[in-house]
Amino acid sequence: MAKIKGAVVIDINRCKGCDLCVVACPADVLELQPKEVNDRGYHYAYDKNPDACIGCASCAAVCPDGCFTVYRLVCDNN
Amino acid sequence: MKKEDIIKAGTVVYERPRLLTDNITHYCPGCSHGVVHRLIAEVLDEMDLAERAVGVAPVGCAVFAYNYIDVDWVEAAHGRAPAVATAMSRLNPGNVVFTYQGDGDLAAIGTAETIHAANRGENIVIIFINNAIYGMTGGQMAPTTLLGQKTATTPYGRTAALNGYPIKMSDILATLDGTCYVTRQAVHTPAAVRKAKSALKKAFANAVAKKGTSVVEIVSTCNSGWKLTPAQSNLWMAEHMFEKYPLGDLKNID
Repeated sequence: MAKIKGAVVIDINRCKGCDLCVVACPADVLELQPKEVNDRGYHYAYDKNPDACIGCASCAAVCPDGCFTVYRLVCDNN
Repeated sequence: MKKEDIIKAGTVVYERPRLLTDNITHYCPGCSHGVVHRLIAEVLDEMDLAERAVGVAPVGCAVFAYNYIDVDWVEAAHGRAPAVATAMSRLNPGNVVFTYQGDGDLAAIGTAETIHAANRGENIVIIFINNAIYGMTGGQMAPTTLLGQKTATTPYGRTAALNGYPIKMSDILATLDGTCYVTRQAVHTPAAVRKAKSALKKAFANAVAKKGTSVVEIVSTCNSGWKLTPAQSNLWMAEHMFEKYPLGDLKNID
């Protein structure tokens, strides 16, 4: 069966750390940085479990700041 | 498989819309305005309307909307966006004119302009961001504030005896003969965002086809004004706002 793999690239300096993408992600990929902050002092989102990403773009749909670029790849599962 | 390989071999399923400028928005973290701006940029690009679209910015939090969406804009006096849009759409019928207004702009000071523009059936799109509060000025009571909701000017909650009832503008506009499409949407979940996008698309298609006034109300959050986190505000909105402002199409004339 073909498996779908995804990847997200986050523009961290645009991120305001609102947490909406973390809540929207169905695969538990994202998290806010617990300690590090971006140039403007926000705890930005990053992909904690990049392998779990399915490229559904739910994070991109709810992001108020357009930080996400989402990639998807269908690969053979063997 | 590594993330870099997926990026190299995979297809882009989502990227920042071309029509959004590089400016970082002045909105609070988690504000619904950002999502709606992005949807407008996506819809105008997909419908190839970037050269024909003219927006009318309101007074309120979205006053700087012209800094973020790369189409032509005009800034209107408080509440007068539909009147300005009327002139622009009548004088240049090739333009696709839309207004972007909050509840303080559209439902309070601009009630007369909104109702009469819709009643004349102007070929414009009215995008109405309803977050039940005056966000920019510090969270005062708006006409759409729910009964019992605490704001800066109703610290014990809004009461009908003192403050009157919340106004359902979209329901009022749906009763007018000039409107062709009135819908109420939200942007709190990915599914809702996709529905809101198709509603905006339909509204802009109506403006291109000169069918009359289209109104897209977006029930939104104001987490700073509501004193909640962005995620909590979405839950609060789903629990309390949708009861008074149920989502769905109120009028749809094909």
